[in-house]
Amino acid sequence: MTFKTMLLGVIAGTVIVASGHAMADTADKRIAFSNNYAGNSWRQAMLESWEKVAGAAAKNGTVAAADAFTTSENQATEQAAQIQNMILQGYDAIVIDAASPTAINGAIREACDAGIIVVSFDGIVTEPCAWRIAVDFKQMGRDQIKYLEKRYPDGGNLLEIRGLAGVFVDDEISAGIHEGVEGTKFKIVGSVHGDWAQDVAQKAVAGILPSLPEIAGVVTQGGDGYGAAQAFAAANRPTPTIIMGNRQDELKWWSEQNAKNGYETTSLSIAPGVSTLAFWVAQQILDGADVAKDLTVPILRVDQGDLEKMLKSTPEGSVANVEYSLDDAKNLIKSTK
Amino acid sequence: MNRDHLRILLPVLSLAILLAAVFYLQPRAMSYFGLNLLFNLAVPVALATIAQMMILMVNDIDLSIGTFVSFCACVTATFVQSDPVIGYAILLAAILVYAGMGAVIHARGLPAIVVTLGMSFFWSGLAILILPSPGGAAPDWLRAMMKAKPPFLPVAIIAPILIGLIMHYFVKRSSLGVLLRGVGGNAQAIERSGWSVLGLKAIAYGIAGLFGVLAGMALVGLTTSADANIALRYTLLSIAGVILGGGEFTGGRVSPIGAVIGALTLTLAASFLSFLHLSSDWQIGAQGAILILVLAVRLVFTRREALA
Repeated sequence: MTFKTMLLGVIAGTVIVASGHAMADTADKRIAFSNNYAGNSWRQAMLESWEKVAGAAAKNGTVAAADAFTTSENQATEQAAQIQNMILQGYDAIVIDAASPTAINGAIREACDAGIIVVSFDGIVTEPCAWRIAVDFKQMGRDQIKYLEKRYPDGGNLLEIRGLAGVFVDDEISAGIHEGVEGTKFKIVGSVHGDWAQDVAQKAVAGILPSLPEIAGVVTQGGDGYGAAQAFAAANRPTPTIIMGNRQDELKWWSEQNAKNGYETTSLSIAPGVSTLAFWVAQQILDGADVAKDLTVPILRVDQGDLEKMLKSTPEGSVANVEYSLDDAKNLIKSTK
Repeated sequence: MNRDHLRILLPVLSLAILLAAVFYLQPRAMSYFGLNLLFNLAVPVALATIAQMMILMVNDIDLSIGTFVSFCACVTATFVQSDPVIGYAILLAAILVYAGMGAVIHARGLPAIVVTLGMSFFWSGLAILILPSPGGAAPDWLRAMMKAKPPFLPVAIIAPILIGLIMHYFVKRSSLGVLLRGVGGNAQAIERSGWSVLGLKAIAYGIAGLFGVLAGMALVGLTTSADANIALRYTLLSIAGVILGGGEFTGGRVSPIGAVIGALTLTLAASFLSFLHLSSDWQIGAQGAILILVLAVRLVFTRREALA
């Protein structure tokens, strides 16, 4: 080997290393998505978002593969088996929406031991070796009161619509609402369970309305705002400010009311596109970024200003959605450090 | 080759074919590590399948095994871990309840399918009472046992072999096993020859309870913590496992080794489908198709047998 060829080799090597950096270090990495359930509109939108964003990233070479797998039944044992299969298939990272926060910990431990990056979101897991992108449900409750305080500086009576009794999410959002109310001039005069369903919420609100004084605002958990509005209308009572939950029927009703009488409110929920955020976070970890183990999902909020735009982009029967970009993930990682 | 051999041949063949297909699709599975990952979750399924087999053997069916295993998993992840004495006492009591259930079903002539369905709500309620939100922790020794890496063969392979062999000798060779099969085949004959069918049924149910407890414990050893709904799928999986392994709904005709192989086959079928990248919308259907295919082949076999 002459000096010339050695030099050439060194140059070629440097070029390869340099260009590799310029593209992405994750071009040969494969990411799998283990999803436990696909049976409602939120989950369907979530899978579509994944397909759109992660699929495109796989096509343009940012990652080598981004395959989504859904278990056929919403069962922890099945998902554990699915994760173990992913280990065998040699994925570099696994993104998980878990069927149980604890019951797949064993499989996740196996994955971590095999050197696989595990990122859980929405349905998060407690295994310490995994990353968690959790929803701050309490914050969702507090944000509602914050908005109402701005609208009603003098306070007033609130009606609370809760979710499904005994479910963790219901307790958390409600706790956030009650925390928010403390120290304000608001008073929660009634509380019903709407089970996150418009028809149940409508029945429940209609049942409690006759016993209530004038209501200034209705705090909700999503999927119940439209039903509440219908109950108020049926009882011939003035429509209070009902916080919405980003469902298409809720946004549509709000838009119609706004056109009719200038009705204003706000709407907040978690965008199904959070799966794409988890994808980018996993990609960043694979890329060597230093990421805190616990991240918080940003809440997708629809205000009067962007109502029409959001309504247009939300299919009938679905939920308002955004897909997150690589920069969103980078910002989230930076802000949590 | 006698009938028993023929009966076991089909499950062995279907497992071998599936295994070959999985190895072809995913050569990485062909290793100590790979086999362990492929089969370790089949161990609790195999134990639950043996439990179900005990019940099917005495001509009944158990629709509560899934919730019972969940309950045992919850007890293991809470009491057994923190207060072992209370924990084991609860598990022992649960086995006695199982035995009692068998006795009541026989004494009052109740349909087992209804009683066990009712009991499934009972176990599910207890599980939620013990562990209202998912959590708990596996006892250290259990975790160590399920994670152990013995030389040559992984736990995931040793355990099913052991379970299958022990139960084979119990059911096929011991006198108690013969009596229990007799209860399923012809209870009157057993009764007339002076045995207490009531006692035998209680024993069969008690053993089923014991294996349910073992399944729950093995499951927690693998998952490290529990969830009140962790094993709901086991009810149907265990029934399918017994049938796939050559057992029949008409009592007395069961094969413990076949049942264990059936449980492994079912677990493997799911992995096979996911290695195929089959969309989840089709997976349940495909799993069912595999099951029907194996049973259809068996029907052809048994027809021949009957004609011969």
